[in-house]
Amino acid sequence: MVTIRTKPDHHTYTFPGFGSEKFPNLMLRGAGDLDNWHLKTYEQKHEGYVAMKAALKMEPVAVTEEVKASGLRGRGGAGFPCGLKWSFMPKDTADRKLTRYLVCNGDEGEPGTFKDRAILEYNPHQLIEGMIIGGWAMQCAMGYVYIRGEFLWLIEKLEAALQQARDAGYLGKNIMGTGWDYDILVYRGAGAYICGEETALLNSLEGRRGEPRVKPPFPAAKGAFGQPTTVNNVETLAAVPPIMRMGGAEYAKIGSPKNSGTRIFGVSGHVKRPGIYELPMGTPMNFLVDELCGGSSTGRKIKAIIPGGSSCPMLDEKDFDVPMDFDNLKARGSMGGSGGLIVMDESVCMVQVTLRLIKFYAHESCGQCTPCREGCNWLEMILHRIEHGEGRMEDLDVIASLTPRIGLRTLCPLGDAACGPVDSALQKFRHEFEHHITHKTCYATGSRLLSKVGTH
Amino acid sequence: MNHPQPPETSNEPLAPGLRLPESERKEFSPEAIAEIHAIMAQYPDKLAATLPALYIAQREFGFVSLAAMKAVAKAIGIPEGHVFGVATFYTMYQKAPVGKYHFAVCTNISCALRGAAQLLEKVCEKTGVKPGQGPSPDGLWSVEEVECLAGCGVAPCVQVNQNVYDELVDEQKLVEVMEACKRGEYRPWAE
Repeated sequence: MVTIRTKPDHHTYTFPGFGSEKFPNLMLRGAGDLDNWHLKTYEQKHEGYVAMKAALKMEPVAVTEEVKASGLRGRGGAGFPCGLKWSFMPKDTADRKLTRYLVCNGDEGEPGTFKDRAILEYNPHQLIEGMIIGGWAMQCAMGYVYIRGEFLWLIEKLEAALQQARDAGYLGKNIMGTGWDYDILVYRGAGAYICGEETALLNSLEGRRGEPRVKPPFPAAKGAFGQPTTVNNVETLAAVPPIMRMGGAEYAKIGSPKNSGTRIFGVSGHVKRPGIYELPMGTPMNFLVDELCGGSSTGRKIKAIIPGGSSCPMLDEKDFDVPMDFDNLKARGSMGGSGGLIVMDESVCMVQVTLRLIKFYAHESCGQCTPCREGCNWLEMILHRIEHGEGRMEDLDVIASLTPRIGLRTLCPLGDAACGPVDSALQKFRHEFEHHITHKTCYATGSRLLSKVGTH
Repeated sequence: MNHPQPPETSNEPLAPGLRLPESERKEFSPEAIAEIHAIMAQYPDKLAATLPALYIAQREFGFVSLAAMKAVAKAIGIPEGHVFGVATFYTMYQKAPVGKYHFAVCTNISCALRGAAQLLEKVCEKTGVKPGQGPSPDGLWSVEEVECLAGCGVAPCVQVNQNVYDELVDEQKLVEVMEACKRGEYRPWAE
């Protein structure tokens, strides 16, 4: 039984001027329109599968070159150039011993991030088209879409969309007369945040525990089922059809230098119009939060913003004007991450926020590497103590000495991700932690918003 | 000092699997076995069928009991220990019985900023069960506190039995959802 959503969700998807030359609409076409997952609608209204047909007439290497020219950087978090990643796959396509795989990472679990969900809900065919183009460029035999288990209705929808594509002859044997066989399978995750890490995802896809692997070998050499594999985020692959449609050089003109294209930002927390906004890279953060999202929803001043999902160090007032792209955010000591902005107003207690986030990482740590498994748990216990009025001043020094011992000492970036918010909160809002310890009360008075966190 | 409490000593068997609640059912139906075999054929390695097979087991057995894990291992032809490891790693395999309508309430940061803690309290109050305490006496409800459901912009959100989320849930909406469950408008658990 396919569950088809009968009413649109409550997210905001558009704003005045969206779709114009200044704010191109490349990935959210048809967002809010529940009929858009039909192949017919996608083909008739949104130039669907035009890019795929053009790409299949090109040499695979030329497709990769086009993506390289576009300067597209991976939208999953690390911002690695997509074309370069594709070119790491073994070149010799005549080698029969190797089966190449393209894996799409739809394990959207980062708190504050909800962009892949919008693409899967309203524009699944664009993802399928991107996967066919990527599969052709790398001459893959199979594509896998790994989607988190909670998105059951989106999995059913995507499977229905895949069947439409198969019926149209875009998937299966001898696609469009090229002699190339390719199909896409959907794999359902089972609720582990760590499976968003690419090698953990591959382990999960193989039916194992989602524990990250030792690198090297990198997935391009030995990935899914021991074969060369490329793992791309949903948003990255959905950006490929527009690139092929408009040409890599033209796409590279959108956004800021070295950070080309548009990006989907999800805004949540204390803003008037939370939702999904597709903006060119390098758009200033205060323009998004104040102009498009209408500013603070509570009438109180905005205190801190996490710019790219919970793993990113938080930014305070003086950095709200930062242009949102990978390089600028890094220069201000944060990260581009997955594009999920979490906006917090003055009434929010930073100790509670930090505790809630570290509780998440302690829960989601896979337990393979000692620094992360033990470190996150100790951080949680120390922060729990501070939050409940039993903290001591030296606890802050213990935290400061603990985080550098977790970061960069683990197989995957989960340990670093856990330290990001802790370090930045302690650095920027140290007075709140000290207030908790010395006064045994909360600095952000009147806050009951998070008052039950950590006590149950 | 707020040291964590040491684990309580008990006379229960040491093997972790034996502490799990038992299910009534012990074997797969022939249709389920055929379904698992069809999934195995789709992948280059039969091990890849572990996760999908555990979902099938959850549907057939009601939850993933030790017998369900053993049945999965037998159906695919892989070690029982592997299946046990996988089933206990992932949180979406329920290792204890759940109600006919299982409420997953997100309490992560974006939802917490918009009152998830109060919502969780309300859910517990209305259903009469606490997170992780098993189904209510009438077997209708169970509640789980989960991490981010990717509904951050429409927080706080609740998911009922892996259906479409219920967004922007307040007390009135929660009552509506529960009424809809009673009328049978939601897919019951394990269907």
